[in-house]
Amino acid sequence: MNPPPEASPPPAALPRPRPIRPPGPLVIAIDDVAKLYVMGEETIHALRSVSLRIHRNEYLAIMGPSGSGKSTLMNMLGCLDTPTSGRYEFNGRNVAAMDDDELAAIRNREIGFVFQTFNLLPRSNALRNVELPLIYAGLPPEERRERARQALADVGLGNRLDHKPAELSGGQRQRVAIARALVNRPSILLADEPTGNLDSQTGVEIMALFEELYERGNTLIVVTHEEDVARHARRIVRLRDGLIASDEPA
Amino acid sequence: MYELTEAFRIALAQIGAHKMRSALTALGVIIGITAVTLMGAAIHGMDVSFERSLDLLGNDVLYVNKWPWTNMVDWWNFVNRPPILPENAARLNKIIAATPHSLLEVSVPVCVYGVSVKTGTHQASGVFLDGTTYAYARLLTADVVEGRFFTPEESDGGRQVGVIGADVADTLFPGQPAVGQSMMLGGQPYRVVGVLSRQGPFLGRFSYDNQIFVTIASARKYFGTPRNGGTEVRVKVRDPARMDDAVDELIGAMRRVRGQLPGERDNFTINQQQAFKSQLDPVKRVIALVGLFITGLALSVGAIGIMNITFVSVKERTREIGTRKALGARRRTILLQFLIEAVSICVAGGLAGVAVTFGLSLFIAKSLPNLPVDLSFTLIAISMLVSVVTGVLAGFAPALGASRLDPVDALRYE
Ligand SMILES: Nc1ncnc2c1ncn2[C@@H]1O[C@H](COP(=O)(O)OP(=O)(O)OP(=O)(O)O)[C@@H](O)[C@H]1O
Ligand SMILES: [Mg+2]
Repeated sequence: MNPPPEASPPPAALPRPRPIRPPGPLVIAIDDVAKLYVMGEETIHALRSVSLRIHRNEYLAIMGPSGSGKSTLMNMLGCLDTPTSGRYEFNGRNVAAMDDDELAAIRNREIGFVFQTFNLLPRSNALRNVELPLIYAGLPPEERRERARQALADVGLGNRLDHKPAELSGGQRQRVAIARALVNRPSILLADEPTGNLDSQTGVEIMALFEELYERGNTLIVVTHEEDVARHARRIVRLRDGLIASDEPA
Repeated sequence: MYELTEAFRIALAQIGAHKMRSALTALGVIIGITAVTLMGAAIHGMDVSFERSLDLLGNDVLYVNKWPWTNMVDWWNFVNRPPILPENAARLNKIIAATPHSLLEVSVPVCVYGVSVKTGTHQASGVFLDGTTYAYARLLTADVVEGRFFTPEESDGGRQVGVIGADVADTLFPGQPAVGQSMMLGGQPYRVVGVLSRQGPFLGRFSYDNQIFVTIASARKYFGTPRNGGTEVRVKVRDPARMDDAVDELIGAMRRVRGQLPGERDNFTINQQQAFKSQLDPVKRVIALVGLFITGLALSVGAIGIMNITFVSVKERTREIGTRKALGARRRTILLQFLIEAVSICVAGGLAGVAVTFGLSLFIAKSLPNLPVDLSFTLIAISMLVSVVTGVLAGFAPALGASRLDPVDALRYE
């Protein structure tokens, strides 16, 4: 199970020096954001009051126990969900004031989302899956194909273009999903428990890929409840009961 | 733009992945479109066939009769009219000749009888016998393929000569030339001098195929002069485009022939083949009503089926919708995707329906040549339009629902 140390060092050791890129311009600014779910008599405070600033070139981990509101926060940051109250500015634009089409455009161009369950289209091959955001961006077919091919090559799947999701391993599926998230060159990559459905060795590989992506200039936010995973990030935000419990460098 | 091609791709892939389900769903549309195209083809076929029969009978001929052909409701207005006489035609021709720039060319008297005709070996019954003059040759729309029409001398002399239609010739003289042969009409020998070209079957009054023309003098001598409508005057007009003016002129001329006083009502009727067209209207209406009823029923059932299957499709692919939205699909992209899916099933069903009708019309044309069916391009275009509209109506509600799904809810859907 465990590979020989010289082939792939254990992640906990983190032997080589980890570069920290200087923070760029502000991408995400949320202030006093809350999210309530009303279920009959009961009101669930998924997020009570969260304020957060995230800059370009950051590598952030969001941690916290189950039910603390990590996914809720992540969906909000990804413009998949809207807060019940509070402010959210993305690249200086007020997200709360946006209509559906504008949100779709932000999701399409500015945000790459990676899911725990991959969410690949089962009947489309890897290339078609990665092309999808480019279709919604209105790119012509040849350019789409070229960029999708490049994105798959960048995650080490240049030789699996024609494979359907069922013909790929879990780690490969998540790589396709990462390629899909990055193909439109978003400002920020959001990953909600990206290793949650993978065995530990494959999880390590995916985290190594994230490290590589960070070093290549991407901005990353990763939700996890595994300390091993969070340790890859440069900054760790801990949630508890819908509130930020701590926010500090890794 | 590319979203549209993508939507078609998805729709085709989806239908391909659920062939049986899509086919069953399309059944209602198939039946509906088959009904509507079959109905349209039948109605159009009747029109086409009627136009053809008009051409065969001559669209430039007016019929002077005692009775109107189409309106028999107030028969008491017509029953006391004096009969049309063959002599009226000769008087009419004199007036036509004396009228400068007459719109009428020639008039001929016709006495119509139903007879049996036989030779020594063969017999044909239920044959139309027209007694007329040599001038009828100018009204004839069939060609005389063997022999000739009778001459002025034969006509004036009341000679026992006849010109026969193609069916009569086939029945009486199978496999042999008819011209020069003898046939028995009312116990009198007649010599065949001409055979007419075949016109084929059609809707309409009759065709020349089952017709015999003889000289009017001989016909009146042996069969009498039919008084109550059996005698008519047929008038050829010079220009069918000025039919209304020609009718007016003919009415004036006939009033003079019949010695009618000013203010007196016409004691004759000018009939036109064109008038028969309206007689088909009730038949066409019934076909249209039945067709539209079946179509409406089948299409509503089909539409409900397609609506249902689209709802199922949306449910099944809720997570996919969430994923697409997360990747930047807009509402109208999702709406379009499911709408196109519904429309594609409908159009496929519509095409299948048109194919069924096409097959049926070929079959009908083969087995029942008398029943005209004509599948026109317009009809195919209309049925495609109907299919698209059905698809849009059926798919709209589920597609709208899909487009409005909340991305987070959709992604979380199990
Ligand atoms: N659609 C919803 N309706 C009602 N309650 C919800 C809904 N979504 C989330 N919640 C509640 O909000 C709280 C936060 O949920 P969230 O999914 O953000 O937790 P999480 O930190 O991601 O947990 P996990 O680590 O298990 O994924 C939970 O108590 C959850 O039950
Ligand atoms: Mg979660």
